[in-house]
Amino acid sequence: MITYIFLQQYWWFLISLLGGLLVFLLFVQGGNALIFLAGKSEQERELIINSTGRKWELTFTTLVTFGGAFFASFPLFYSTSFGGAYWVWMLILVTFVFQAVSYEFQGKVGNLLGRNTFRVFLTLNGCLAPLLIGTAVGTFFTGSQFVVDKAAVGNIAAPVISRWANGWHGLEAVAEPFNVGFGMMVMALSITLGALYLINNIDNDKLASELRRSLLVSFVGFLLMLVFVLFKLLTMDGFAVDANGIIVMEKYKYLHNFLQMPVVLAMLLVGAVLLVVGVALTAWRKNFKRGIWLAAPGTVMAVMAIFMIAGYNNTAYYPSINDLQSSLTLANSCSSEFTLRTMSIVSLIIPFVVAYIAYFWRQMDRKSLTTEELNTSDKY
Amino acid sequence: MVETALVDWSRLQFAMTAGYHWLFVPLTLGLAVIMAVMETIYVVKGDEFWKQTAKFWMKLFGINFAVGIATGIILEFEFGTNFSNYSWFVGDIFGAPLAIEGILAFFMEATFFAVMFFGWEKVSKRTHLVATWLTGIGAAISAIWILVANSWMQHPVGMEFNPDTVRHEMVDFWALVLNPVAISKFFHSVFSGWMTGSIFAIGISCWYLIKKREVRFALASIRVAAIVGIVGTFAVMLSGDSSAVHVAEYQPMKLAAAEGLENGGQRAPFSIVPGVEVPGVLSVLATHDINGYVPGINNLLNGYTTPQGEVVPSAEEKIERGRLAIEAFGDYRKLSGSDPAAAAEARKVLDENVEYFGYGYIDSKQELVPPVWLVYWAFRVMIGLGGALLLLMCVVLWAEYKKSLASMTWLQWAALLSIPLVYVAGQAGWIVAEVGRQPWVIEGLLPVKAAVSSVSVAAVQTTFFIFVAIFTLFLAIELRILINAIKKGPEIENY
Repeated sequence: MITYIFLQQYWWFLISLLGGLLVFLLFVQGGNALIFLAGKSEQERELIINSTGRKWELTFTTLVTFGGAFFASFPLFYSTSFGGAYWVWMLILVTFVFQAVSYEFQGKVGNLLGRNTFRVFLTLNGCLAPLLIGTAVGTFFTGSQFVVDKAAVGNIAAPVISRWANGWHGLEAVAEPFNVGFGMMVMALSITLGALYLINNIDNDKLASELRRSLLVSFVGFLLMLVFVLFKLLTMDGFAVDANGIIVMEKYKYLHNFLQMPVVLAMLLVGAVLLVVGVALTAWRKNFKRGIWLAAPGTVMAVMAIFMIAGYNNTAYYPSINDLQSSLTLANSCSSEFTLRTMSIVSLIIPFVVAYIAYFWRQMDRKSLTTEELNTSDKY
Repeated sequence: MVETALVDWSRLQFAMTAGYHWLFVPLTLGLAVIMAVMETIYVVKGDEFWKQTAKFWMKLFGINFAVGIATGIILEFEFGTNFSNYSWFVGDIFGAPLAIEGILAFFMEATFFAVMFFGWEKVSKRTHLVATWLTGIGAAISAIWILVANSWMQHPVGMEFNPDTVRHEMVDFWALVLNPVAISKFFHSVFSGWMTGSIFAIGISCWYLIKKREVRFALASIRVAAIVGIVGTFAVMLSGDSSAVHVAEYQPMKLAAAEGLENGGQRAPFSIVPGVEVPGVLSVLATHDINGYVPGINNLLNGYTTPQGEVVPSAEEKIERGRLAIEAFGDYRKLSGSDPAAAAEARKVLDENVEYFGYGYIDSKQELVPPVWLVYWAFRVMIGLGGALLLLMCVVLWAEYKKSLASMTWLQWAALLSIPLVYVAGQAGWIVAEVGRQPWVIEGLLPVKAAVSSVSVAAVQTTFFIFVAIFTLFLAIELRILINAIKKGPEIENY
């Protein structure tokens, strides 16, 4: 029986899946963060840009679809977070806007700002986008300052439902070390994934050895941040929802969520192991290039687990520390049953979409990218 | 209190972003078809010339495509950042087409765009051709869903207001998708993109003719582009005709503003320019009947009775009933926990007046009139330029058929100078559609002032100027790169 509750949970699963895929696809950003660090010569930089440049639209599209899916399934989040944490989202958007044009513009004659400026834009987006997205997701656990009052619609002079309770409009998230740690963790992860992807996708020994070095550094950074974030997460108080929909603080809520949902815990652990194995094999075995294909499912699983403990098991996934009862839960922020049901039917097309993307991905990447290929005109 | 300045700046930011977006999208829609046709000719004939011709237009397509994506993502998120109340109040309906657009269209575009640009040596000729077509089809599918969303704002259907969740909720998905406004808007917008792509390609090709360069390439491009453009323009005219009927039926104030019609009636005249009118033509356009009744601005504000006896209430009465609905909504919320009988009574009043809910936020009836001069002139600019551009394309095609285009310098110059005009026509079209529906973000249900986010005016001003600067910079760079690429020309030997 497909109930309203089931549909809410199903859509949170899809949001988690899109979140997981998005973080995996942030290898594009991570790779771009390495344009100047790992790419020592012009040729190497071109290789990096042309490698991530053939995938960037998938990342971008996943981000847009993540936003669209959130809008369709949990519109109160869309309304509260985007309208409230205004500056955070605007900053994220601006970095992506610069990225979108930089590939096409950087190598073209007449681009006004010069090739390196656009590459700097790519690098900036490469670092800032994962950092900011991670920081924003950190607030799923630490909470934000907002008030939701649906009855406000009846106030003709001031009908706004969601209001941010401070003038910082989201920037205050950086005052909480957990959020920043979360952001830095996502940034280090995306650079790790970027290095793994480039090692797999580009056939160039010199660049590969530079990338292996970057891989180790970023992965160590990631592990440090992971330990910090997990320690905080498992020891912090969380935002629980009781049977009447009342939000209460619960000690060790997220630890409880992992223990009460062993499948989710297993996803996190298996994901982490796959990631570690993927990195370790790539770092220590010179001829091993497929680390990304272990790290990719690992990342998707681990990120899904994080989203799941934020929203499942009677947890408020977007808490308000200003007014606890304004916190967003799956039940109070979701679309109507009819819309969720309709969109669930639409979602059945997702496996087909993933299949054709995977098919053409393989077709396009059967041969690794080489400097010879960059001598043709089919490049950025 | 929602400040007027906040409403204005939020609107301005959205309008500016949409305006920029609509500079890049029509070219994407049109060039996609033109280059796909060219590549099809290449695959059928096996002539390398057509491959290089297609590749040249693809190069320009790629430069333009990126900026379209950049402006598009901002638009999507601005619904949340700047119109958060809207996002909740109708998100149950409006979010769905946006999500479907992502799943169905954007992934298709993203995947096949990469195959089209980098797959020449990696996939077979036929697969490549399919990828090129699918890139364009993806763009058109994207247009379907965003226009379904937009049309729902112009003519909301398939939903019910739920006072418990305080939002409109979808009850009929197919009503949303098959909204007649969406269908005509889709064809009107997409085919106007064909016009843009065609005029762009014809204009640039004529520049080569003026310069007496790449003559074979230029003439071949003109043949394809002119045919695509003429087909597109006729489709624009047909869909424009049904659009007019829909506007007359569902958004009569927009039509009255577009015509500057103060007092309407039967056999309403069509205004060519102020003071020059053709009797009865507006009735024909709006109702397909010379005796059809078209209300003017004053009729709409003061209320009127149609010849069929339908009584349309005055603006004051609508505002009054809207206030009743909002008040009843408040009572229902207060009483539903404590006094079910009184709550049911309040609910009844709400249901009786809910179709005027949005009018409850309106302070005076003058707010219900959009800026008439802007809509009036934008409408004339759109139609006038559309007609002139159709004529131009027909003359160009005829001249090419007669083998005399290469020597008709005046016509080449006219075509080149038409490129900005097709953009002006496209922008004017959106001004008619969007300014014409003011003050409504959703016709009759939610005015813009009740839709905005609660952020400071200074914050919106800041992001507005940041985006203006970024988009203007991108536009300047895009133009410069395009001009350089055009000067370099296609990589065709023995032209």
